[in-house]
Amino acid sequence: MGHKTPLYQSHIDAGGKMVDFGGWDMPINYGSQIEEHHKVRHSAGMFDVSHMTVVDVTGADARAYLRALLANDVAKLDGKPGKALYSGMLNEKGGVIDDLIVYNLESGYRVVVNCATRDKDLAWMEKQAAGFDISLTEQASLAMIAIQGPEAIERTKQAATPAQAAVIDALAVFTGQPTDEWFIGRTGYTGEDGLEIMLPGDQAPAFWQALLASGVAPCGLGARDTLRLEAGMNLYGHEMDETTLPLAANMGWTIAWEPADRDFIGRAALASARTAGTDKLVGLVLKERGVLRAGQTVVIPGCDQAGVITSGTFSPTLGYSIAMARVPAAAGSDATVEVRNKQLPVSIVKPNFVRHGQSLI
Amino acid sequence: MSEIRSELKYLPSHEWARVEEDGTVTIGITDHAQSSLGDVVYVETPEVGASVSAGEEAGVVESVKAASDIYSPVSGEVIAINDALEDEPEQVNSSPFDDGWFFKVKPSDLSELDDALDADGYQAAIEADE
Repeated sequence: MGHKTPLYQSHIDAGGKMVDFGGWDMPINYGSQIEEHHKVRHSAGMFDVSHMTVVDVTGADARAYLRALLANDVAKLDGKPGKALYSGMLNEKGGVIDDLIVYNLESGYRVVVNCATRDKDLAWMEKQAAGFDISLTEQASLAMIAIQGPEAIERTKQAATPAQAAVIDALAVFTGQPTDEWFIGRTGYTGEDGLEIMLPGDQAPAFWQALLASGVAPCGLGARDTLRLEAGMNLYGHEMDETTLPLAANMGWTIAWEPADRDFIGRAALASARTAGTDKLVGLVLKERGVLRAGQTVVIPGCDQAGVITSGTFSPTLGYSIAMARVPAAAGSDATVEVRNKQLPVSIVKPNFVRHGQSLI
Repeated sequence: MSEIRSELKYLPSHEWARVEEDGTVTIGITDHAQSSLGDVVYVETPEVGASVSAGEEAGVVESVKAASDIYSPVSGEVIAINDALEDEPEQVNSSPFDDGWFFKVKPSDLSELDDALDADGYQAAIEADE
């Protein structure tokens, strides 16, 4: 048996089909993954993401520490309480140890990292803390619920207290605010508007119940994966890992090169790779029958080097298969993918397929 | 709990076979199989007129989650395929033993089904998996 989130019994009560995910018992779906996917695109769905790891960074050197630790620059958050930043945490070779979100809190910073990488992330963060006056505090008792979709904000407000609803009303996109013991962020992993709410674990089941009552559909990790893939968002361990440079994972935009004298971990390796050139992460679209899957080979016409699919699925919104793939920089607009001994033609597109319910293809 | 029907024969790879009154055999995947696969999005069946062999690959079912080969429980000639699955593959999920059938075979040797599992044997096979 794996770890259980405070919402474990809520999942069982809702008919959740539980699977192991990074050592946690999590719902893969509550019946139909596709129906859950459509709920998020058209109405509102919620995900238990309590398995994610929350670490608060406090102390006099918190800002300096994170400016060294992360490829993106938390100085962008200066004077913007609640503002969030997406970044890679890199090793000396520029490989991605994890991707994370960091929020600017008045008391310091709140970092949210992946659950499967928790142990190595914490070890790395502790190791790099040497010489900095900081404290790292894991907030293991917090639950986290992501409510996503065009109706997510309205329906969440119905389930919240008036004070919480007022905080939600004031939230700009990609910012978060604490209210009492809660922290409400207008962030997500689906390509839809929505919220991610951290709250004490013992309050989570009642809030989940209130969200159900206001018409928010419970959604499992299956729908979370198809939604993030349609939105072109990376999944750690698929699109990137410790051997992948962010430049080859469509994360170039998360590297803050300026100011030039900020010496973040991995900078030197990234600078050389930037000059030499890297592979690139692209989107693939298969209009024929078939489903692209991670690990399949991508053949680029006129190119000796092949690419590989990092994530692939049937897209419930588009009605055909899409994928993300790492391919040589020379790749153009067409390729083929070998699926069960057949070479299927695919189009190469930007890795961004659906946003706010609309096809970008 | 998955449904298992007593009148059917089963393969450990989760196909079912039903011998019809006219001696033909209808083939599909079980309720347990559709539940494990999740939402089915494509089904590839053999073509009408093709021959299939017992225990050999005869098609593929793709769900959002994974692709899975389909094996034929009997040898023979394919005499019909379920065209409706092209537009409504979700019938495999909603009605695995009825509307969600895959193909029908005119068997060359019906005794091959003697080697297949009965309902109790299939139930035991599922439980051994879990």
